[in-house]
This record gives sequence, structure tokens and C-alpha cells, in this order.
Amino acid sequence: MLAFIVSRLLQAIPVMLTVSLISFAMFAYVGDPVTIMLGQDYTEAQREALVRELGLDQPFFVQFVEFLENVLSGNLGLSYRLGRPVADLILERLPATLELSFAAAFLALLVGVPLGVYTGLYREAWISRVFLALSLIGVSLPTFLIGILLILVFAVVLGWLPSFGRGETVAIGWWTTGLFSWSGLKALILPAVTLGVYQMTLIMRLVRSEMLEVLRTDYIKFARARGLPDRIVHFGHALKNTLVPVITITGLQLGAIIAFAIVTETVFQWPGMGLLFIQAVANADIPIMAAYLMLVAALFVVINLIVDLLYYAVDPRLRSGLAAASGR
Amino acid sequence: MSAFATKRRLARVFDSDLWWSFTRSPTVVLSAFVALAMIGAAALAPWVAPHNPFDLATLNLLDAFTPPVWLEGGDARFLLGTDDQGRDVLSTILFGARISLFVGFCSVLFAMTLGVTIGLVAGYAGGAADAVLMRIADIKLTFPAILIALLVDGLVRAVLPRELHDRISLWVLIFAIGISNWVPFARTVRGCTMVEKNKEYVMAARVIGLSSARIMWAHVLPNVMGPVLVIATLQLGFAILAEATLSFLGVGVPPTQPSLGTLIRIGNDFLFSGEWWITVFPGAALAIMVLSVNLLGDWLRDALNPKLR
Repeated sequence: MLAFIVSRLLQAIPVMLTVSLISFAMFAYVGDPVTIMLGQDYTEAQREALVRELGLDQPFFVQFVEFLENVLSGNLGLSYRLGRPVADLILERLPATLELSFAAAFLALLVGVPLGVYTGLYREAWISRVFLALSLIGVSLPTFLIGILLILVFAVVLGWLPSFGRGETVAIGWWTTGLFSWSGLKALILPAVTLGVYQMTLIMRLVRSEMLEVLRTDYIKFARARGLPDRIVHFGHALKNTLVPVITITGLQLGAIIAFAIVTETVFQWPGMGLLFIQAVANADIPIMAAYLMLVAALFVVINLIVDLLYYAVDPRLRSGLAAASGR
Repeated sequence: MSAFATKRRLARVFDSDLWWSFTRSPTVVLSAFVALAMIGAAALAPWVAPHNPFDLATLNLLDAFTPPVWLEGGDARFLLGTDDQGRDVLSTILFGARISLFVGFCSVLFAMTLGVTIGLVAGYAGGAADAVLMRIADIKLTFPAILIALLVDGLVRAVLPRELHDRISLWVLIFAIGISNWVPFARTVRGCTMVEKNKEYVMAARVIGLSSARIMWAHVLPNVMGPVLVIATLQLGFAILAEATLSFLGVGVPPTQPSLGTLIRIGNDFLFSGEWWITVFPGAALAIMVLSVNLLGDWLRDALNPKLR
């Protein structure tokens, strides 16, 4: 097991290197940070001094190696726009994005899996058809539109929930959380629903189609023939065997959730990393963009690793395969 | 082709399983009708739209923020109301849908060409080529399409001078969305190709000395096109949504050629002042368009999947 984790982490190194090279190369040529930082009036000497100070006069690969060294020591540079350390900015914004993303994923699983099981078991029931139709609408609505419609209904017309921001937050060390205040929880509802709807419909449809496939198999028929109660057949046998694809998709979708958080955060002015990233794109703020990309890549690597480990927890067949493969 | 042959072909279409399953489901017929109607209206926008929203001479700022015709203060000339510049919302939707569909179709076509080529080569050649191409696909799949499209768009934006970028930004967008969506095509085609290449007809083609390229394109490709078309239909919905999302974030099409996403972004600014129609109608048009395309794709997938019969 340890060998497996280590080999997966080793595989991740070239991916991370490529991503950091791309992220650095991509943004090494964007805009002209010097003019942005200097503003309107500056002398040629001031400009040159700043170029030297930022290391922008160095060759590309020298800049890249320097960049890697800095990243590994936790120094992600200064934001061109805000003039503050990027690591600080990201740490400030990270809790907001992670709270939003996990709330959305949790919501998606909490609603998606039971609905998928239900619609799979009672395929012909009218209520299943309604859920299925609604799920198709959920897939067809873009995230930002769901957000706008929710704002229109719950913030503008009804005035029940706030339409922007995180509400009141509580600081626990460097982590600020909105989960312990009433206004923070209220502010979380609309963005989390917006972000979670797509994943929810996806999980529901996936669980449903997997249930349909599994319920057709011989071992389910056999389990029924043995006279096992429906509850055990449905949840112990059928649902458990649908879990491998569900875990894969949920894991991969967690990456999508973090990416789509950019959109949701833009709609709700949620002060997370996505908003930071979009503002950085608009201002050609290279250090923030590079850091964001690498952070997202690192998150994906970790998520994929966890997904792989979960397979072994869910599917015993893979465990013996792994043992054979590693020669034990 | 003679008239007789055409007639026979048509008869075959109407006699097929696919047509039978099509006519059996009212939802599918309706969504096909809606999709065709929207594509038609969008394609013919310059002729069917009540106004030309880009003809500055016909715009009047006094018409700005007119509500839809059934509300108080509505104007019969503007069925769905007007936006902040006095443009007819219905007309901007028609012209916007034209851009959205154009970008959607072109990017799916691009992704399909790229994905099918990669899948064919990987599946047919096998070995190292297969390993390398599929690892690239794996890495690509780790990153959400929208993030890749955002990055490609940003990269091109950075490399090209601003003036040139504005002129070709539509193609940049198509490239960005297409490049972020080729993996499903490649994977499916690779899988099918690996099955097909061991069949007798491929062996026969090899025996008579056809080149690998010819076998791939003329013999294997037609036999793997079924699933490819299903994926293309399903991807069209995604491509339209991706375009709308990028435009909503302000990195998509230029404001001079607003797509549905751009219209929603512009309208979003007026949501709180009560002018909801500027954003809600383009949003509804987008949702209905994508929904009908997705319904068609779902049906096509199920109808062509013998397991579900």
C-alpha cells in the first residue's frame, strides 16, 4: 500500500513540473507588469530599477528555476497589482473556496445518491420521471445562470438570502470560517446550491444508470432468490457495486467544482481564490495566476490519489490485484 | 443518384429502428423541433429579427429599459423589451444565438477532428504512440475543460497583439473550447478501433496491401462513426455552455459581437434595479437551446445502445 502511494506521488512530480513550467511560461509574456506597478508617471531609471528588482531582465529559464526554488520554499512572490505576498493572499482566500466547494460537493452527494437510487429502483414511477426531467434541466443550465436566477428569486424578489459576500466570518488561526455564524451560513446557501446543482444531477444520473445495470445482474437475482430483504439487496449488494464509478466521477468532479468556483464566486462576489484568479487574469497579475494554477494542479493530484485509495476500500477485487502486482 | 434510389433511401430511413424510436417519444420530437427552429431562427437572424441591434442609426436611447410588451410601459415594437442601449432584446437574442451556435458547432467539429485522429492513430498503431497519446489524454482529463479553455484563451490573448486578437477572437474561442474537449472522442474512437482492427475486413485490407492511413480513414473510421456522432451531439451542449461561461466571465467573444453569454453578463448589471428581462430572456434562450440539444443527444445515445432495448 505504501509502495503504491509513493509510486503515485512520484508519478505526480512530472505532472507538477509540467504544470509549473506551463503556468510560468504562459504568464511570463502577459501584459507589462512594470507599467502597471509604476502607474502613469515614471522615469526611465525608475523603470529599469523596478525591472531589475523584479528579476524580469533575466533569461527565461533562469527566471523559471528561480521561480521553482521560491515556490518550494513557500515564497510565491509579490502580487503585481496588490503589492502583497501571493502566499498570504491565497491563504486568505483558500478557506472561502474550500468551504464553498466542499459544501457544494456534500450537497451534491447528499441529494444526488438517494435520488439516483430511487429513480433506478422505481424506473417507471412518475416521480422518477419528474426527477429525471429536472436533472436534465439542471445539466442544461449553465452555473452562472442558476446563480443569477437564484439571486433574482431569493435575494431580489423575496429578500430572504444575501446575494453577495460571505457574511460574518470567525477566525480560527489563519482559517476564517463562515460556518459558525448565522449570516455566514445564510450567505453560503445560494453559492453552494449554485455550484452543487450540476454535480448533483450528474451523480443522480450516474447512480441511476449504474443501478439499472447492476440490478440486471445474476447475483442480484440470486440474492433475491435467497429471500434477502429488499433493503439488503438494494443497498448492500446493488448500491455498493455502483460506488466505484460514482467515486471516480465525484472525485474528478471535485476538481471541476473548484474550477467552476471561479464562475460561482464571480456571480456571488464570494471572496475566494476563483475571484482572485479572475481579477488576476484581468490585470495580468502573473504571480497570482501561476500560484493558482499550481495550487489547483496540486489539489487535483491529491484528489486523484484519494480517489485511487478509495477504490481499494470499496472494491476488494482490486486489493488482491494490487498485492499480486507488487509481488506480495 | 436516381430519384428511385433516393426514394428507396428515404424509405429505409423511415423504416429504421432509429426513426421508430424517434417518433415514439414526444419529448424527442419536440426537442428536435425546438432545436431546429432555434438553429433556423439564429442562422436567419439578419432576415427574421425585428431590428438590427448593431445598426446604431436605428437605436434610440429613449427606448432604453422598455419592459416586455405585456408589462406596464411595454412597447409593441419590442416584444421582449429593450436593454440599456435601447436594443430590442428579442433581436439581440437571435443575433447572440447565432454567435453561440456558430462557436458551438465549430468547436465541436474541431474537437471531433482532433479527437478522432488521435483515437484512430492510438488505437490502430498501439504501442508507444498509444501510451503517449493516452497519457496526454489522462493529464488533460484531470483538468476541467473550462479551466483549460480559460487558460488557452488567456495565453492566446497574451501572445497576440490586442488589435489582431479582437479581430480573430471568435476563432481563438473556438480553438480554446475545441482543444479542451477532444478527449472523449479520442477515448471512444481508440476503444472501437482496437476492436475493429482485429476483424477480418481489416486483415483483408491489409492483405491486399492498402496503406495504414487508408485503412484507418476509409475502412475503420466509418465503422466507429456511430458513437462519435453521439458524443458530438452531447458535446455540442457542453460547447455552447462553455462559450456562454467564458463570455459571461468576460474573456469570450468581443462585446461588438455579443453571444448569449455576453448578453447575460450585460443584463446581470441591471438585475438589482429591476430590469430582469435583459438577463432572463437570453438566459432562457440559452437554457432551452442546450436542453433540446442534450435531450436529442441522450435519446440518440439510448437509441443506438442495444443493451437498453
